[in-house]
Amino acid sequence: MALRGKAWKFGDSISTDHIAPGRYFHLRTNLPELARHVLEDADESFAASMAPGDFVVAGRNFGLGSSREHAPRIIRFAGVSAVLAHSFARIFFRNSINVGLPVLEVDTDRIDAGDELEVDLAAGEVRDLTKGITLTFEPLPPVMVKILKDGGLVEHFRKYGDFNLET
Amino acid sequence: MASTLAEKIISAHAGKDVKPGEIIVTGVDVTALQDGTGPLAIQQLEELDMVRAHNPAKTVLFIDHAAPSPRKELSNAHMSLRRFARETGAVLSEISEGVCHQRLVESFVSPGDILIGADSHTCTSGALGAFSTGMGSTDVAIGIATGKTWLKVPETIRIELTGSFSKGVYAKDLILHLIGMIGADGATYMALEFGGPGAEAMEMSERFTLANMAVEAGGKTGLFAADSRTRAYLEERGRGDDFREMTPDEGASYARIIEIDLSTLEPTVSAPHTVDNTRKVSEALGTRVDQVFIGTCTNGRLEDLRVAASILEGRQRHPDTRLIVTPASRDIYRQASGEGLLATFAAAGALVTGVGCGACVGVHGGILGDGEVCLATQNRNFQGRMGNAEAFIWLASPATAAAAALAGEIVDPRDYIKD
Repeated sequence: MALRGKAWKFGDSISTDHIAPGRYFHLRTNLPELARHVLEDADESFAASMAPGDFVVAGRNFGLGSSREHAPRIIRFAGVSAVLAHSFARIFFRNSINVGLPVLEVDTDRIDAGDELEVDLAAGEVRDLTKGITLTFEPLPPVMVKILKDGGLVEHFRKYGDFNLET
Repeated sequence: MASTLAEKIISAHAGKDVKPGEIIVTGVDVTALQDGTGPLAIQQLEELDMVRAHNPAKTVLFIDHAAPSPRKELSNAHMSLRRFARETGAVLSEISEGVCHQRLVESFVSPGDILIGADSHTCTSGALGAFSTGMGSTDVAIGIATGKTWLKVPETIRIELTGSFSKGVYAKDLILHLIGMIGADGATYMALEFGGPGAEAMEMSERFTLANMAVEAGGKTGLFAADSRTRAYLEERGRGDDFREMTPDEGASYARIIEIDLSTLEPTVSAPHTVDNTRKVSEALGTRVDQVFIGTCTNGRLEDLRVAASILEGRQRHPDTRLIVTPASRDIYRQASGEGLLATFAAAGALVTGVGCGACVGVHGGILGDGEVCLATQNRNFQGRMGNAEAFIWLASPATAAAAALAGEIVDPRDYIKD
């Protein structure tokens, strides 16, 4: 299945404080409301202007900082179909898989804001339709593919009642 | 096979020798949630009809990030943690007890344990020789209910320390220096293992400061061998029986070895807005400071408060610079009070608050105004961290922080330390 949408471009070191600012700590039990502020401290217009299906495209070490799972949850809740970045911080990466948000390590330098993208998760390809270029990404580790395919860790447990990570 | 500390601890749990890169499902000894991540974890267990704790005595729910509650939404979140504790027998750490990572090392984590906590600074407990790592709410929820998690065995970066700190230089300066050197992603997916004569000579409080910030280099955990100092720390808390010696094997294989001579270090700060944006204090002199914050899981321990108090004693804060001091736990608060440190802070013009995460997380108590500058002893200076994306946060040791509170700007703490 291919995902399709527009690129929203961010820089390096986008932290969980940019994604889910501490001043909205009281909204952590209200994800729909918290999602209205997603990435607010990196791009104020993002939450209101993005369309479901769009992509977050960033530089190095995306999601560094806190373990707050709310960060990938509200990115997904807002309708972002995947996050593409040069690299990710470890906890954010793992949380994203657990909540069913595809996170792809890919060279994002040639993608510009507003480019139309098509992502083929199975083929490991990002097609920049605006530029007519195809970028490839390393497939996720098999354990993570399994959890992501199940729809996240909760769904994995609902299905198997235990860890079932043999691949 | 010669093993690093991380490999040794995980191997003991897996019942086989593990290698970096291997993915294993392992038992966990301690699980922890706090008031920011806990409600979501509980909600996941409710959805799965798995509201239970595999090991209630070692499942700890901390109310520390918003303690006491500043808003009704958070009061309701706190209620959900209290209810979960009642229903499962898990331990509830109330608003008066302190920051989760400090409470975990004081009372819950032992050398050789695996700890998973829904807070990124869970790596702090690595200073006890425990494999401790931060995860999200769902991972920890599953760990609480089943007593298990999955892990990728990390490679290890060895930090080999020699020499000793010169006057005015502390563990905080070392860890900022190290993160500046390797970068905020320099240890991603890896464990940091601190060793060598410089590490062996360190007090536990210094080890906690170093392990605490492993995640600021992207690290999964920050480990120290469990030695005679670890034993003494546990014995002082009536936990001598929890001690196990834990050391890496000679000839263990490391992804990288970084040698640092502690005597070469200088007072160091991180400039806004990333932790790896470090420089020597001498390169930041004169930076205006509106607020100084001394506390947190990084530097809110008794030894930190002693250093700050020794600089502030008999002096007054700069009239344009406010000073907030937040002891990390109830035990620290009581000892600091008994030693007269809190009175020293108050006399110097500081606000001494109750225990908790306080101003660090931008939830309440010390939120910055537009354009304001805070010098803090915490571990993060990300944009927006202290509640305002228009503010600026510098990170420093308690000595540098105390000196800045007196001068109203960043100064060399060595000029303020009394002989």
